[in-house]
Amino acid sequence: MSDLTINTELAEKILTGFIRTEVTRVGFKKALLGVSGGIDSALSLYLSAKALGPKNVLALRMPYKTSSPDTLEDAQTMIDDLGVQSMTMEITDMVDPLIKYYKDMTKLRAGNIMARMRMIVLYDQSAAFNGLVMGTSNKTELLLGYSTIYGDSAAALQPIGDLYKTQVRQLAEALGVPEKVIQKAPSADLWQGQTDEGELGFTYEEVDKLLYLLVDQRYRPEACIEEGFDRQFVERVVQMMRRNHFKRVMPPIAKLSQRTIGYDFLYPRDWGT
Amino acid sequence: MKIKIALAQFHTKLGDVNVNLEKHMEQIQAAKKEGADLLIFPELSLTGYALQDLAVASALRPHQEDPVFNDLLHASEDIDLMVGFVHEDRRHRFYIASAYLSKGDILHIHNKVCLPTYGMFDEGRFFAPGDSVHAFNTRFGRVGMLICEDFWHASLPYLLWLDGADILLFASASPGRGLYEDPRLSSSTWVEHTNRAYAGLFTNFVAHANKVGYEDGLNFWGGSTIFDPNGDLVMRAPDFEEALTLAEIDLNQLHRTRARLPLLRDERTDLVIGELKRILGEK
Repeated sequence: MSDLTINTELAEKILTGFIRTEVTRVGFKKALLGVSGGIDSALSLYLSAKALGPKNVLALRMPYKTSSPDTLEDAQTMIDDLGVQSMTMEITDMVDPLIKYYKDMTKLRAGNIMARMRMIVLYDQSAAFNGLVMGTSNKTELLLGYSTIYGDSAAALQPIGDLYKTQVRQLAEALGVPEKVIQKAPSADLWQGQTDEGELGFTYEEVDKLLYLLVDQRYRPEACIEEGFDRQFVERVVQMMRRNHFKRVMPPIAKLSQRTIGYDFLYPRDWGT
Repeated sequence: MKIKIALAQFHTKLGDVNVNLEKHMEQIQAAKKEGADLLIFPELSLTGYALQDLAVASALRPHQEDPVFNDLLHASEDIDLMVGFVHEDRRHRFYIASAYLSKGDILHIHNKVCLPTYGMFDEGRFFAPGDSVHAFNTRFGRVGMLICEDFWHASLPYLLWLDGADILLFASASPGRGLYEDPRLSSSTWVEHTNRAYAGLFTNFVAHANKVGYEDGLNFWGGSTIFDPNGDLVMRAPDFEEALTLAEIDLNQLHRTRARLPLLRDERTDLVIGELKRILGEK
């Protein structure tokens, strides 16, 4: 019913071709991305290095003071393994003034500030390094909206955005991402001890099976419940998808004229390239 | 009679007809050098596929005075060509079209009849649907052209077959989709199955040129093929790679296959027309 097994060789071929074509067609040779030590950025990093050559890829480590040192080391292992360029930019001094300014600061707000500061560092380096920012979002988090809008969701290309988390694991394995990175509990590392699955309240394996039915196989929510998924779980996931849809689309433009961007002014992004 | 067919699959520049024309000329030169008699280009080979509003700006009027067609018609003196373009007709309707050029003449233009407007496709928004399907005569016999979604409907290849086409020429810009455990995408497998089925069921040659490259997030998988009247694979171009792939086909195979398997002879067109009339409620 929900077999998420993919042919990793074919996925690698399509995705490296995608990265190479979409970077070079707009006049770039290079790409950069934030590398946290987690599996998603690891996979994007390995794909980018394969597609563009390691010297054309810049891995940015952007820890906050509470970031786990273990994770930083994992990022370094991969940087060394691939021979990509790297840079470490600690964001603590950049974000703390804002975080400390408000007495009622919450973990969620602080996490979003960090994610958006990493975006600023990346886009600044995009200009300095003359490369495109590679996204690291997978299909599961895009569908659930488990991301910071204009933070980790900001990128020029999303090479792994059509792979569920469980498929990210398969492809990461095939590309030689270190086992430790593949096995560690997924975490946005926005505060100590945070894990995605702890915060979400379900595992990626469970939710991927459900999302695959709902999205890829076009099952109605009721039919998923008939297939044995818990009603509350199904309803919660459907609601997350709906409520976070705004993160997946451009902001709507209020139409006034005869021809309006997004409605009747429609061009492919690759226009003229 | 043996003829050499070449299938081109290459990257296009979205909406830039002049750059794509140069690429056509390179392919034509290369195919001529290899001794090809006929060169088939994929769907919208002169423009790229995901055009949206670029369709209007990259449309062509297919005649001698058009500079793009003029170049292609000159090139067709030595080699027959099937090219893909946006066709603007006299009333300014825009079609996805393929033109067959031979010895400096346009022998036939096929306007895509079936415009997929569902799922990832939005062709019906930007293009007018063609309203006819005709086989036509070439120096290699009678052939018929279809474009991508056209041959997802069995009726169109069937009509061309009954209209005398022994060679079906298919052009596609097929976006790759359906990643599972198989070494090929399910879209590739499916399209190849249909091509093989038409070759076998119609005891025809079926040549299919499919685009490669990327447009926004879409990948185009190539894998252009020729099947013979036995339904056997004559050649297959590589998946995802630019390639000019040639194969010789022996038109005498039509004689041999149809002597063994007279599916065309036994086709009950009278019954088909009668039943169609009944189904459509006509007397």
